[in-house]
Amino acid sequence: MAATPDLSTAPAFDEARQAVLDGLTAALGAGGVLGSEIRNRDLWVRVRTDAWHRTAVACRDLGFDYFCYIAGIDWMPHTWPNPKVVAGDTTSADEGGAAETDGAAEEPTSTGIVTGVTGGDTRFQVLARLYSIGRKVGVTLKADLDADEPRIASWSDVYPGADWCERETWEMYGFSFDGHPNLIKLYLPAEFEGFPLRKDFPLLSREVKPWPGLVDVEPFPPGTGGDEGE
Amino acid sequence: MAVTEQQQRAYIASQAADARVNFELQTGDMTLNLGPQHPATHGTLRVVARLDGEQVVSADVVCGYMHRGYEKLTEVRTYPQITTLINRIDWLSSFANEVPFILAAETLMEVEAPPRAQYIRTILFEMSRIANITLFIGEMGVQLGAITPVFFAFRDREYVLNLIESATGGRFHPNYDRIGGLKDDLPRGWIAECRDVMHKIRGYCDQLEDLLMGNEIFETRTRGVGVIPAEVGLSYGLSGANIRASGVDWDLRRDSPSPLVWKDLDWKVWTHPDGDSFARYWVRLQETREATKMVDQMLDGLPAGPIQAKVPRIIKVPAGEAWASTENPLGEMGYYVVSQGGLGPFRCKIRSASFHNISITPWILRGVYVPDIITILSSLYFILGDIDR
Repeated sequence: MAATPDLSTAPAFDEARQAVLDGLTAALGAGGVLGSEIRNRDLWVRVRTDAWHRTAVACRDLGFDYFCYIAGIDWMPHTWPNPKVVAGDTTSADEGGAAETDGAAEEPTSTGIVTGVTGGDTRFQVLARLYSIGRKVGVTLKADLDADEPRIASWSDVYPGADWCERETWEMYGFSFDGHPNLIKLYLPAEFEGFPLRKDFPLLSREVKPWPGLVDVEPFPPGTGGDEGE
Repeated sequence: MAVTEQQQRAYIASQAADARVNFELQTGDMTLNLGPQHPATHGTLRVVARLDGEQVVSADVVCGYMHRGYEKLTEVRTYPQITTLINRIDWLSSFANEVPFILAAETLMEVEAPPRAQYIRTILFEMSRIANITLFIGEMGVQLGAITPVFFAFRDREYVLNLIESATGGRFHPNYDRIGGLKDDLPRGWIAECRDVMHKIRGYCDQLEDLLMGNEIFETRTRGVGVIPAEVGLSYGLSGANIRASGVDWDLRRDSPSPLVWKDLDWKVWTHPDGDSFARYWVRLQETREATKMVDQMLDGLPAGPIQAKVPRIIKVPAGEAWASTENPLGEMGYYVVSQGGLGPFRCKIRSASFHNISITPWILRGVYVPDIITILSSLYFILGDIDR
């Protein structure tokens, strides 16, 4: 299992969100909830992939009436531009290798995947956010998706707003949503090939000319302050 | 790479084939293609409606003519560079786009801007709302055949844009918000000028209320047209004035914890029980007036002090995930920022309001008459950049 960065900041007990988490855990049964976190007045819940549709129904029954979004995430590290720059390591080799230690919190695993809040087992995750007008509480839900054949149940029969979001996620990440009534491209032309938001999809304009972007940032010369603040 | 004529022809043919496959003609029905270049679409939105006589049988929305791939582009930019980019999402209230992104980054960095910066942020946020919605208030009249309001709208919006420009340097794309504070303080004389303009905007709202509300044509064309029940709207992800016009008393400025200063102000969340096009217009008009009052209060309470918290010169955001959203002029706009400790976000999901507001159109256009398509689209109020990102 991929490592989870340590994000704890002395969480205060959050009654409203704990109640939602308890309700969701009860509704999904044993093993339905794989991970959860309450932090910064927000709630994250990672559920089993096969419980994704049941999660939507359970959330609707818990009073989550407002559909916020569905999106995907590809946890594979950037293959471009220079991964060193992406990780914030702005020191070059001839400076004596004074590597920053406050960069990525965890050593990457063998696949290089570092997953975020509530962890994850696979390369892809689908994430969704719902909000309850009555409770004034929002929840971010996550589910792991298979790296080779990412598929998951569609939410469009529970939350009709999921229709467009799933079409977008499908064309951008290649996740199939089972039960979606009309899984066609939303933004991209019909003949477009590839999944642009996957990390291994190159941004050609940056391949040709690496500007403007991360590589544009040069380290400050020594003695001018650097990270010391203004 | 030049596109050959053959490729061009193939592309056009495939587009036509798409339209044929998706909306197969049936006997007695007619397919009406509205857009992508239609004045009512504020840009390049295409609505394909299948008509039975004057009535819409089914309608579908084709978007993506302006898709710029911002979610991909954020992954190759540093945090300070991204505000320039996201200015262009909802281009009529650009400053309001920057705020939730900066708030998400500040949550991860655990920094908070000083009080004066929060006040100026909120003032400019509300002024973006005024700049955006004044245009809607005028524009909606034009869509329904009343030309006068839009001239007033452009005249009075200019006062607000001038103020935004004098404070930020940019009329449309301020790029003014920074992690931990602001680019600059307000210029001298700005506050007095701002009070004056807020007074003018209130006058504009009164004028528009006199011009359109109670006008028989306007009322017949908007009352009862495009009714959205609250629970349907919520399940489609409608937010902002669109859902408040359906009687849902929900405003993120009041209901979500935010470092911005709305909690210190005395103001009212306007709702309307009807859920029709008129209600959406009415709620937005009231909100504009409310926003001017909020700006006045903030100018009175503007604290002195620094405008920038102490942050490193090279901004690296600690690993983590944060969601921040605000009540933008068009609805809830939020950013889900995933950081792995680098100079730029690992992933940034942009939740823009118009995308979700307009996703209800296939549902709401079913069964309406052709002229009402325009009423409904303009009353839902979208900015193309906010749909296509």
